[in-house]
Amino acid sequence: MRHNNAGRRLGRTTSHRVAMFRNMVTSFLNHEKITTTDAKAKELRSIAEKMITLGKKGDLHAMRQAAAYIRDKKVVTKLFTTIAPRYKERPGGYTRIIKLGIRPGDNAPVSIIELVEEELKAKSESKPAKKTTAKKAAPKPAPAATVQADVLSSEPVAEETLKTHVVEGDEACEAKAD
Amino acid sequence: MAVPKKKTSKSRKNMRRAHDFLTPPNASTCPQCKAPKLPHRACPSCGTYKGKEVLKAEDL
Ligand SMILES: [Zn+2]
Repeated sequence: MRHNNAGRRLGRTTSHRVAMFRNMVTSFLNHEKITTTDAKAKELRSIAEKMITLGKKGDLHAMRQAAAYIRDKKVVTKLFTTIAPRYKERPGGYTRIIKLGIRPGDNAPVSIIELVEEELKAKSESKPAKKTTAKKAAPKPAPAATVQADVLSSEPVAEETLKTHVVEGDEACEAKAD
Repeated sequence: MAVPKKKTSKSRKNMRRAHDFLTPPNASTCPQCKAPKLPHRACPSCGTYKGKEVLKAEDL
């Protein structure tokens, strides 16, 4: 039976682990997006979502509970005034984890954890919403692609192929959007 | 002390090593830039995941 075995210990003592996650959830709610290892991101997700739930409750007791965990009082006010109202309609799932691959040095799998952006109109009017996002998305990849090409030009062999790839990607993106 | 009675032949040695191979990672292709990438991870060459940019160019 795996009763009372939830959670990761992450090679730390309890006090070390608790202190680390208090720091992490404070930075995460402050910056709204942090890069960390997969395991820490998955643990942080649970803590951060509980903090946002406290923020959505919004009463004095909830605020004191949040302030007892979060280390920065400014972050508590940010949580209750700007972050929590964003997720009024969302029943949980306020964070997103995107895996990035392995970190050179210790080979640790790294990921980004971020607060999801609220899209209220996505479901009610799917067709016009799609059109507007397509128009917004179409010009966006172009500057990104040029920056890409500049960055990657330090590798002269791969440059040509990458450029063509980027252009193809652009066209594919536009085609998809249409 | 326990000692091998016979020299291990090339055949025996090679048979023992028959299972000692590496499997390639099952890479998928990025829908944005067509570069090979690992599934369920952001593309390391263009920094996108599910059509959205997740990495800035300076991080790549
Ligand atoms: Zn890509």
